[in-house]
Amino acid sequence: MVYFLIIISAIFVNNIVFSQFLGICPFLGVSKKISTAAGMGAAVTFVLTLATIVTYLLQKYVLVTFGLEFLQTILFILVIAALVQMIEIVLKKISPSLYQALGVFLPLITTNCCILGVAILVADGTWAAKIPGAEAGLLQGTVFALATAVGFALALVLFAGIREQLAMSKVPKTMEGTPIALLTAGLLAMAFMGFSGVV
Amino acid sequence: MSKALNTFTNGLLRENPTFVLVLGMCPTLATTTSAINGMSMGLATMFVLVCSNVVISLLRNLIPDKVHIPAYIVVIASFVTMVQLLMQAYVPAIYETLGLFIPLIVVNCIVLGRAEAFAAKNNAGLSFLDGLGMGLGFTVALTVLGAVRELLGTGMCFGQTIWADNYGMLIFVLAPGAFIALAFLMAVVNKLRK
Repeated sequence: MVYFLIIISAIFVNNIVFSQFLGICPFLGVSKKISTAAGMGAAVTFVLTLATIVTYLLQKYVLVTFGLEFLQTILFILVIAALVQMIEIVLKKISPSLYQALGVFLPLITTNCCILGVAILVADGTWAAKIPGAEAGLLQGTVFALATAVGFALALVLFAGIREQLAMSKVPKTMEGTPIALLTAGLLAMAFMGFSGVV
Repeated sequence: MSKALNTFTNGLLRENPTFVLVLGMCPTLATTTSAINGMSMGLATMFVLVCSNVVISLLRNLIPDKVHIPAYIVVIASFVTMVQLLMQAYVPAIYETLGLFIPLIVVNCIVLGRAEAFAAKNNAGLSFLDGLGMGLGFTVALTVLGAVRELLGTGMCFGQTIWADNYGMLIFVLAPGAFIALAFLMAVVNKLRK
C-alpha cells in the first residue's frame, strides 16, 4: 500500500516539474516534439533511478561513515557525471539501438537538476515527510525516484503534445516562444493542482 | 574602460540570463514566492558566479582541454558548498526556505554557461565583471518576479502590507502562478526590447 502511495504522490500530487520545479530546462528545451520528449523522458528515467541508488549507497556507507556529509554536493555531481559517461559507453556496446534512441540526450542529463535534486532528497531522506507511512530506505527511495522520473516523462510528453498543436496556432507577437510555453505550463500546473490532497 | 562597462551591463540588460537567455529556470520559478526569497537566491547564485568565474579564468591555461567540464564543475561545486555552509551558519532561516535549491546552484546552467562562454576565454578582471553583471541581472529578475508574485498573491511587497491580504490571489504564490507571472513578465520585457 505504501508503495502505491509513493507512486501516486511522486507522479501526480507532487509532480517534479509542476510542483517541485525541478528539471524545467529540459522541460522547456526538448518539448517541441512528442518523439524527442519521450526519448528524453526515457533517458531521465534510466539515469535518475541508477543515480539515486548509487548516491544513496555512497551517502550511507561513505559520507556518513566518515563524517564527510559536507562533501555531498561535490561528490554527487561528480558521481552523476561519471555515471552518465559510463551509461553512454555501456549502452553503445550492449544495445546500439537503445543508444541511438537515448544517445543525444545523455550528455544533457548531467546538468539536469532533477537528477541531483532527487539524489539529494533520497540521500537525506527528506522526501518521505510528504507521504504518510513512507520510510527513507533504499527500496522505497528507489521506487520514489523511479516514480518521480515517470512523472517527469509524463509532464514532458503531455507538454510536447500541447506544443505541437500550439506551433500551428496564432500567438500574439510578444508572447511567441518562451512566454506562451510558460503560460501553457502554468495551466498544466493548475490542472495538476487538482491532485493535491489525494495522498 | 568601455569594454569593462560593456561586459558589466551585458548581463544586466542585453543578455539578461532570465528574460533573454532563459537559463536557470528551476530556481527562478521555485524560489520566487516572495521578493526576499528571490533576492536571497539571486545573491547566493551571484556569489558562486563571481567566484567561479574568477577562479576558472585564472586557471584557464592550466586546465587541460579534455577534462575542462569536470574541472569547472569541481570549482563550481566547491563554491556552492561554501555558500551552503555559510548560509547554514549565518542565515539559517533563509537556508531552510531555499532548501534544496542551494546545492542545486551547481547545475544552474548560468554558472557553467558563463564559465564556458566567458571565463574560459577572458582575463580575471573581465570575468569578475561578467559574473557580477550576470549575477546582478539574475538577482534583479528574481527579485522582480518575487515582488510581483508576492504582491499579487498576498498583497505584500518585501514583507510590507500594500493591501489587505484577503484581496490576494493565492494562485500566484502557488506553483502555477510562477509560470504565469514569468510568462507575462517575459512578454513585457520582449515588448520593451523592441
